Amino acid sequence: VRRWPALALVLLAGCAKDGDRPLQFWGLGREGEVVPELLPADVESQQIPWTAAHEKILTAFVGNSSPDIGQVGNTWIPELSAIGAIEPLDGYLKESKEVSARDYFPGIWDTNVVGGHVWGIPWYVDTRILFYRRDLLEEVGFKQAPRTWSEWMEVMRRLEERAGPKGFAILLPTDEWQPPIAMALQKGAPLLRDGGRWADFREPRFKAAYETYREIYRRGFASVVPNSQVGNLYQQFAQGTFAMYITGPWNLGEMRNRLPPEMRDRWATAPMPAPDGAPWPGASVAGGASLVLFRSSVRKAEAWKLIEHLSRPDQQVRFFQLTGDLPARKSAWSTPELAGDPQARAFWQQLQNVLPTPKVPEWEQIATLFFEHSESAIRGRATTDQALAALERDVNRLLEKRRWLMDRKEKRE
Amino acid sequence: VTREGRAAFIFLAPALGAMLIFFFLPVAAALLMSLTDFDIYALADPANARFVGLGNFARLLRDPVFWKALTNTTLFVVVCGPLTLLVALGAALLVNSKLTRFKGLFRTAYFAPVVTTLVAVATVWRYLYHPSFGLLNRFLGALGFAPIDWLGDPRWALASIILLSIWKNFGYDVIVLVAGLNSIPESLYEAARLDGAGFRAQLRHVTLPMLLPSLFFCGVITTIGYFQIFAEPYVMTNGGGPLNATLTMVLLMYKQGFRWWSMGYASAVAFVLCAVILVVTALFGRLQRRGEA
Repeated sequence: VRRWPALALVLLAGCAKDGDRPLQFWGLGREGEVVPELLPADVESQQIPWTAAHEKILTAFVGNSSPDIGQVGNTWIPELSAIGAIEPLDGYLKESKEVSARDYFPGIWDTNVVGGHVWGIPWYVDTRILFYRRDLLEEVGFKQAPRTWSEWMEVMRRLEERAGPKGFAILLPTDEWQPPIAMALQKGAPLLRDGGRWADFREPRFKAAYETYREIYRRGFASVVPNSQVGNLYQQFAQGTFAMYITGPWNLGEMRNRLPPEMRDRWATAPMPAPDGAPWPGASVAGGASLVLFRSSVRKAEAWKLIEHLSRPDQQVRFFQLTGDLPARKSAWSTPELAGDPQARAFWQQLQNVLPTPKVPEWEQIATLFFEHSESAIRGRATTDQALAALERDVNRLLEKRRWLMDRKEKRE
Repeated sequence: VTREGRAAFIFLAPALGAMLIFFFLPVAAALLMSLTDFDIYALADPANARFVGLGNFARLLRDPVFWKALTNTTLFVVVCGPLTLLVALGAALLVNSKLTRFKGLFRTAYFAPVVTTLVAVATVWRYLYHPSFGLLNRFLGALGFAPIDWLGDPRWALASIILLSIWKNFGYDVIVLVAGLNSIPESLYEAARLDGAGFRAQLRHVTLPMLLPSLFFCGVITTIGYFQIFAEPYVMTNGGGPLNATLTMVLLMYKQGFRWWSMGYASAVAFVLCAVILVVTALFGRLQRRGEA
């Protein structure tokens, strides 16, 4: 019986007008966990695990229960803008004194621009760089990380010799598309052509990059394992089971926490090696998360104020301190913790040369298709040509709808 | 319509209404959807969906991933179903044996996995299956075998999930079969013993025939359950990996529907699965009628 008053309250709250509701913020994973510390007290935040976030944001859009503001992976922006779930921010940006594209890494900002409009403000940045065991590289005669692909292959060859049959030169999980796609972007491969109408994976530059990537497995420099089967990678890195790993900013913190103290100075980071003859550093994939304004919000002006608040350089520094996520604003990088950290410095260098993946809503599916087909090539079930042809066929099939929509739109105009 | 008929209809109306709104309408909507290419673009504007007739079904038949999912699901049903039933029968006979003490304890122990949250179970089993630190591989190592990458190797992943599923699900059948065993009159066994029947003869000529209805029930429920298997591969192998070795029909439907939002295609998968289950259940019904005759 005691429950009735509470139930009545819930029902009343349900009847309250939307305008009386506090602003709703959806944060993902670890960021969602700490964001309440950065938000004003009257903002309601909800934490959503990364693995379920994409589904949940789409379902919320369909069910008309999107929040006012949310954190989204910046590869989702083409999709969310195409279905009209989020609001273009150009108008707000023009008036804003707080946020300006100049203080952001160009490659990262670019991921938020689709069809000439800005749809999200970068919150933190993510890209992939090389983590390596400095001592082991020195042992095989490399004082610094490889800067070209051929240097990279040579260092892996020597590391592999040193490691013997049980070890590997590099950890390169087969279900991570970022390293091979970064290599393709370094070569200048377009991935898609005709405004994202068709796949372009048999294109010579893509094929060359993919061959080099596959070579790493073929020569036994990396073991053929998906992420789920890697085991305790920190222990393996400390033991020297592998000496290199292409990974992201979260591992700066993880490596410090999880590696034994004597390892502290034995590992380092470096930007990606570049194809022979290309300027160093080679490009990497522009990732990270952005803050977006949902179109269904009835309080967009207030919501935009909140985005501005979270984008202030001091807030960006605090956010970095809380999460270890690298700030999207360049001015936040002058904080001593980042400026004086050589391991984080490699990310700063890399972020000057990051490129977005094709900005089509289908990208996540294309990436999944990519590693599915790639896995069968790596496992020796298909040749490179067969795998890439199959990939191109599947991606073209996937893009059929996009072609139809684009052609229809052109006809109308 | 008689007065009673009308009264009966009025009494049934709420339930029928609920079924109409929450079951028949969605099914009809899904059927319509399966004839369109409803996808993420159609979320923005329903005019972006095209009527494609049986195109989705034709595409399914050409899709190697669909055949992989169908094969995996069939393997699941054909291997996992009978094994589950067999293990359950063995366990039920043991629990029911006069020599067994603490029957309640065993019944609870066998039933515990059925009611445990799968996510918790999966966490423990992932440890068991871990390639370098898992109990199973330690055991293999002690016997001098090379370690097996249970969940990561496409050749072993499905078998690993099948093993887990049997362990997780056989307890339910045990409870049903124990109840069935208890309802067999003791006099039949006495008569059999007087006729000189040993354990095997008793099992074959008394226990199994009397248990047939329970076995049929378990068979149908278990089979339908395995056709719809989803959660085990969803949590154990990140949704059907490696190389789709553990991808099942429902998992394929879920991925197409909610990850990629290809609702038209996902609906087509759903109707194919539905048709398969209908056919198999009808076969079971026939078998049972023949068994009774």
